[in-house]
Amino acid sequence: MSLDLATTRRIAKLARIGLEDNELEATRQKLNGILGWIDQLAEVDVTGVPPMVGTETETLRQREDKVTDGNCRDALLACAPETSGPFYTVPKVVE
Amino acid sequence: MSYTIEGRTGTWEIVVGLEVHAQVISHSKLFSGASTTFGGDPNTQVSLVDAAFPGMLPVINHECVAQAIRTGLGLKAQINLNSRFDRKNYFYADLPQGYQISQFEYPIVGKGTISIELQNGDVREIGVTRLHLEQDAGKLLHDQDPTKSFVDLNRSGVALMEIVSEPDIREPEEAGAYLRKLRQILRYLGTCDGNMEEGSMRADVNVSVRKAGEPFRTRCEIKNVNSIRFVMQAIEVEAARQVEIWENGGEVDQETRLFDPSRGETRTMRSKEDAHDYRYFPDPDLLPLVLEQAWVDELAAQLPELPDAKRARFQAEYGIAFYDAGVLVAEQAVADYYETVARGRDGKLAATWVMGDLFAALNRTGNSIETSPVSAEALGKMLDLIADKTINGKIAKEVFEDMVETGESPDAIVEKKGLRQVTDTGVIDAAISAILDKHADKLAEYRSGKDKLFGFFVGQVMKETKGKANPALVNEALKARLDA
Repeated sequence: MSLDLATTRRIAKLARIGLEDNELEATRQKLNGILGWIDQLAEVDVTGVPPMVGTETETLRQREDKVTDGNCRDALLACAPETSGPFYTVPKVVE
Repeated sequence: MSYTIEGRTGTWEIVVGLEVHAQVISHSKLFSGASTTFGGDPNTQVSLVDAAFPGMLPVINHECVAQAIRTGLGLKAQINLNSRFDRKNYFYADLPQGYQISQFEYPIVGKGTISIELQNGDVREIGVTRLHLEQDAGKLLHDQDPTKSFVDLNRSGVALMEIVSEPDIREPEEAGAYLRKLRQILRYLGTCDGNMEEGSMRADVNVSVRKAGEPFRTRCEIKNVNSIRFVMQAIEVEAARQVEIWENGGEVDQETRLFDPSRGETRTMRSKEDAHDYRYFPDPDLLPLVLEQAWVDELAAQLPELPDAKRARFQAEYGIAFYDAGVLVAEQAVADYYETVARGRDGKLAATWVMGDLFAALNRTGNSIETSPVSAEALGKMLDLIADKTINGKIAKEVFEDMVETGESPDAIVEKKGLRQVTDTGVIDAAISAILDKHADKLAEYRSGKDKLFGFFVGQVMKETKGKANPALVNEALKARLDA
């Protein structure tokens, strides 16, 4: 697998990383290096092997349906760069 | 198939699939212990997990899993004992994590089916593709400030079930019937309150059009439609828009659209180029969700009787019509009320009273079945008074109205107002004598062959006894006297 410049630009956009045009080619090469290295995995034949999601043999721990958390608005908002009254505020974004 | 669009180039049919987001009924959130109560003070029902503080780890709520399983069972769907959570990445201020924890490749519930009924009585099966668990997002308020959006994270992290239908729907009416039936099943199960106004049930609508026999054409998705009526309207206008494009030689673009009910149109929200690239991948914070078959069986055994089964039982047990049974099971509270009235009594008469006088009284007084001024027990007792001939059907109406007004028991009202039915044949005979004397002319006409006057005499005798005479006894005695 190898990336072209357009895909590199798109990935940067999705990751919200601002790349200048003169940085694109170097980034593309770096990413292709990583992809090439990972591509070695393709040498293993995994036909019929179910995908493995982790090395753990345990399964998901579940909690009881009880209200045990919340009610810490002041502490939360104190960490925010911008607030107004009981709200976080962000630059207006209407989707 | 009755719904089609006649275009210049021929007849078009519509193809619709629905994605419903149903908020799970639970005390706390899907992955945190913060409360899910609706309408709380902004940002008070938020934990560090919901606000996506670094290092916080999600732990799944057992009850939310149970609710998803119950819903799956209610949709006669396959329960997947192994499922998994994935991260769906998108960047928006209502989602502090920058990704929504959802289920992509391996949902907890697989294929199921919902049986819907149309106005004309036709019954159709609509396939359910899947149901998966995911987090709800927070709420943005855009109208508080000219340059800022305000963020309330109370809803952030509340559990949602996304229920996806197959593209089996062919008419706006079917979409409405599907949503109503799904809502009914969710309410019976107690897994979602189905309240579309408060947003606890929301629908995304996928619409395309095609000519008969064609494969599917490009579809558009209409996001977040918040009432059943709007879903049906949105399908109509979107289908008409697409037919227009195809017939003008154009091409429908796959895109996300919004329905504007006030203008009766859909418009572009996101085109294909701007479509989100969600970059799903397995959430490394969450191990696979593995269910014990024994637990699923236990939940299945505890499932309440669902609308279809209840309807069939009401028909069989109480001898009522299919349509009536459908009306009575529409809401569980109504079904329970009816059954309390009908049990051990005349089921048809009980249905007549519940669907007739009771519904009318609820309407008139602005009550719901839960706040009914007449309890099911009281209405049942009133039917007993009819059955044991203490009152007749006509007087029963009067007693019922009094019950609605005063909330008193039917016995008390009958005693208080002296409405007890007259079964004393002496009293009835006396009334008959009085009437026959008074209307000697009519009596002569009757005897000369004007049989139709019989009804007149019955009416007069009933009036003479203030409506309290037992009608059967009046008929009998009158017949004997007139034909003597």
